[in-house]
Amino acid sequence: MPSDLYILGISAFYHDSAAALIKGENILAAAQEERFTRKKHDHAFPKNAIHYCLQEADITIDQLAAVVFYDKPILKFERILETYLAYAPKGLKSFLTAMPLWLGQKLYLPREIDKGLENLYEGPIYFTTHHESHAASAFFPSPFEEAAIITFDGVGEWTTTSIGVGRNNNINLLKEIKFPHSLGLLYSAFTYYIGFRVNSGEYKVMGLAPYGKPVYSDLIFEHIIDLKADGSFWLDQSYFNYCTGFTMTSNKFHRLFGGPPRKSESLLTQRDMDLAASIQKVVEDIMLKVANRAYELTGLKYLCMAGGVALNCVGNGRILRETQFSKVWIQPASGDAGGALGSALFTWYQIKGNPREIIKQDAQKGSFLGPSFSQSKIREFLQLKKAKFSEYNNEDLLTKDIAKLLAEGKVIGHFAGRMEFGPRALGNRSIIGDPRNPDMQTKMNLKVKFRESFRPFAPSCLIENTDDFFELNHESPYMLLVAQIKENHRIKVNENQESIFDIDKLKQLRSDVPAITHIDYSARIQTVDEKISPRFHKLIKAFYKLTGYPLVVNTSFNIRGEPIVGTLQDAYRCFMYTDIDVLILENCICKKEEQPKMEGADEYKSTFKLD
Amino acid sequence: MAKRKSIILELFEFIKVHKTYWLAPIIVLLLLTGVLIILGSSQAAPFIYTLF
Repeated sequence: MPSDLYILGISAFYHDSAAALIKGENILAAAQEERFTRKKHDHAFPKNAIHYCLQEADITIDQLAAVVFYDKPILKFERILETYLAYAPKGLKSFLTAMPLWLGQKLYLPREIDKGLENLYEGPIYFTTHHESHAASAFFPSPFEEAAIITFDGVGEWTTTSIGVGRNNNINLLKEIKFPHSLGLLYSAFTYYIGFRVNSGEYKVMGLAPYGKPVYSDLIFEHIIDLKADGSFWLDQSYFNYCTGFTMTSNKFHRLFGGPPRKSESLLTQRDMDLAASIQKVVEDIMLKVANRAYELTGLKYLCMAGGVALNCVGNGRILRETQFSKVWIQPASGDAGGALGSALFTWYQIKGNPREIIKQDAQKGSFLGPSFSQSKIREFLQLKKAKFSEYNNEDLLTKDIAKLLAEGKVIGHFAGRMEFGPRALGNRSIIGDPRNPDMQTKMNLKVKFRESFRPFAPSCLIENTDDFFELNHESPYMLLVAQIKENHRIKVNENQESIFDIDKLKQLRSDVPAITHIDYSARIQTVDEKISPRFHKLIKAFYKLTGYPLVVNTSFNIRGEPIVGTLQDAYRCFMYTDIDVLILENCICKKEEQPKMEGADEYKSTFKLD
Repeated sequence: MAKRKSIILELFEFIKVHKTYWLAPIIVLLLLTGVLIILGSSQAAPFIYTLF
């Protein structure tokens, strides 16, 4: 296959629809549909994302050499029928709800894809398996010639967890665990039980866990999950309802933990925090065992991971610290969106057999694979809005002024360069702040993001200074590793303070960078490398020069329930309707107090369904 | 417009390759009643997790 051929990868119809376009081995563009439609986790056919990818490459649909879908619909359909049959007559209602979707759409994917591509595409459509897509997204962009691969998620066709090996241009899945035994579904069941939304509240469980104690872990191991020494596991389905019903957990599950699921948005109790801590511990233990098994099977020193569970950065940090693997590379779009990229890469390397060149950094390009806006477009937009702004021609001066504003305690919306692919904002669609400011976490949570006060924020730290602040000797460019803050930056909390009840622990100062210090002294770190992200690096460096601190608080540029901002309008609206003090659009700085008033804040906030 | 293999043909090829012959009567039944199932359904799927 000539190296200038274009392959389009698509993920759709379940959650996190996305498109990715490669030209040969070169990843040209990738984006999630939700960023365009403004519906979080949008599952619709990603026509906007596809349109963007083609536009980025300046090609038309008929120039595509291949289109690939990220899982195999018929295999999935077989799993669904077999599951219903196994439980029949239980699950009839669920069956009657699922079948129309399948018979009307999901089974006819070639037709749906042709329709989505406006019947302009005549070439082949490939289907890779769900976990092949995840494995390919983890291994092929990685900087490793050979590596062990682990994928774990809710479910694809049948597989829920797999161990494989990647060598040059080939991946081979060696072991797998099948539905309904799933680490992702186990975590989602607890997410549901603790009162958060499945498929989006899993981060909250992880963030809530350090407030609790894992007092239910033994109970989970005793009753719900049978974990073997080789990392394989079996879930007792009598505690769950996802095979036949519309909820995740069964009454037996509720009896085991002493009550019904917590009502969404009701007060969080110590019990909820203990449940979060317990399931987090169980999942980490399983992740470690699976990783150890992958090491035993492959004997390789590098590991690649993908699948929704690989976004559990606390577990990832433990794999790095506690297993024999010396390096770990995790696909930043580890959820189903990343399957679009994986399926395209799988087609290029494995189906077409093209050679693979190892890129030292990695081939993911910092995951900056989405749309960007030119300076002239931004100027035009701001003028149209009658916004007051200062435009800079000198990046040194610009970053210095942004650093000054950060040091003054301003909350800054930073929109520059290409949008990130994956759920983490890595500096280009971020809200940033001063990590030394003790009020920053509360302000950002309650007045900017309108979300729960317990949720932690992550630091973006110059890679060359990571070692000064964190117990981490490994790059973490995609904010997927959690590590402890070094002793010399911690502020000891005395025993009386330690016993303070749950969420009130938030108010205690635990380090000289309190805004990014979680209550267990951990932080989810993004290491910022000049070679990958030169502008963001320069900005943090300017802040370092000014304050002596080589890191900033970094959270995604959105409010609760809203997809990360995609367009200039999204960014400006989020800036105007929240307590963000300053908006940076590429080389322009807008200060809130100078902007003309904008009505509609309440309407904006109510647009997005709470996550 | 591209000419694609019929989904029914693909389903039966799948059954043959994977030797899942038990699927055949279910699929025939589903295809026969498919229109009724689609017409009789509500649009919104209340699944907590999109397994199905």
